Order: sequence, then structure tokens, then C-alpha cells
Amino acid sequence: MLLEYFQMLDHVKSIDFADQSIVVESVVPEKSPIFEGHFPGMPLMPGVLLIESMAQASGILYMALSEFKVMPFLMSVDTAKMRQFVNPSETLQINSKIEHQGSGFVVSKCSISVDGKRVCNSQLKFATRSFDEVPTLEHIMELAERVSLQDAIDTYKAGAQS
Amino acid sequence: MSETFNKVAEIIAETSEIDLETITPDSNTVDDLGIDSLDFLDIVFAIDKEFGIKVPLEQWTQEINDGKADADDYFILKNLCGKIDELRAAKD
Repeated sequence: MLLEYFQMLDHVKSIDFADQSIVVESVVPEKSPIFEGHFPGMPLMPGVLLIESMAQASGILYMALSEFKVMPFLMSVDTAKMRQFVNPSETLQINSKIEHQGSGFVVSKCSISVDGKRVCNSQLKFATRSFDEVPTLEHIMELAERVSLQDAIDTYKAGAQS
Repeated sequence: MSETFNKVAEIIAETSEIDLETITPDSNTVDDLGIDSLDFLDIVFAIDKEFGIKVPLEQWTQEINDGKADADDYFILKNLCGKIDELRAAKD
């Protein structure tokens, strides 16, 4: 994770097209300028960045499901609960599952766990835009490569065929 | 009033914090009820879930933008409920 660059995702552990879900692993950095303010003497991962992490996991999940035809943009944090403090150097398991695919929007349910314990969860709503309308596909494909999304897709498809 | 209208009115009242009494079949969701695009997506999500359908919002918007349909065809509540009933019938 590079919090100040909004790089919230490190590695896609698995994706399931049938279940419409994804699991992503990310490690909170030991040091970040963010922690200088949040909070002095007590560095904590900000709740808004946990929400952003869940949103990004949902985003790459839905882009993969749509074969990179559309990009979801966070539109509504319907619910969000921060249940535990998240500290520097902790490993996050970010889970996202598509709850509903509407016309022009998508809804996901997400959670983040640390050492198997749920630290936060949310329901998020996204408006979807065709990549014909937004100039972000190149950046998204770089992100997908960085987090090994294609490897996870290939692993899922190989498993589905066998 | 139809069962569909009553349910949709309940959804709108709850989602947009509008007094149920002010919502009528002739209400325009935008002009009369002041529902913006974000609230409208919440309403469509609730309608999709309630009736087990997928309201084709993108198609409707395209038809309005192309001049093939009038906004009132979809955004006056009694017309919206008629479209929902058509989608439910098609599903069955």
C-alpha cells in the first residue's frame, strides 16, 4: 500500500466469477505521512482509507467481471462500520462481493479482516461508466498488472475448466 | 391506487425522506419530488430488489436523450409504475 498515492491494493489472492467475489491482500505501511496527522503518537489507518480500500477491491472485481468494458465510480457509502483499530504493518484481507448489478450502477458488500478478525465492513454503490467515456483504461490495466489480477483470473478459469 | 404504486411510494418516502402523503401517481420524481440522480439510483436499487427486476435505466436515459421518449414517460410515478408492472410481467 502507498497511502498517499491511493494505492490501496497489493495483491489479488483470488477472484470467483460465479460467486462474483474477490479477495485482495494488502499490507499497511510501517511509515506514511498520513500517520503524522492520524494520529501523532498513535498511528492508525484512517477509516476513510479502509473504505477506499474496499471500494478499490470492488472496482477491480467489477471491471474484471465486465471484461474491462466499464469502470465503477464510488457514488454512495450506504453503510460502513469501523470495528477495530488498524495499525501500521498489519496485513489486511479485503473481501468484496457484488450484491446487485443494476442498469448503470452496481452495489457491493465488503469487509476487511486482520488475522481472521473482521475490522470493518461496508455496502458501497457505484455508478458505472464505459471506458469509451473515461480516459482511465491504461492506468487501470497497469493497476491490474501490479496487483496480479490476471494471474487470479487465469487461476479461477483453470479451476473452473477442470 | 395500485400495489406497485404504494410500494414505490414507500420506497421513495424512505429513501429520500419525503412525506408519503405528498407522493401521488401524478408526481414527477424530479420536478415535484426533487429527487436527484443519487437518490434515484437508491430508489432504483430498492425497486430492483423489491420486485426482482432490473429497471433499464441506461436504456431509458438514452431514449430520452435521443428524443425517442419523453422524460414524463418514465419519471411521472404512474408511468414509472406501469413500466415496472411491464417488467414484472415480462419476468413472469
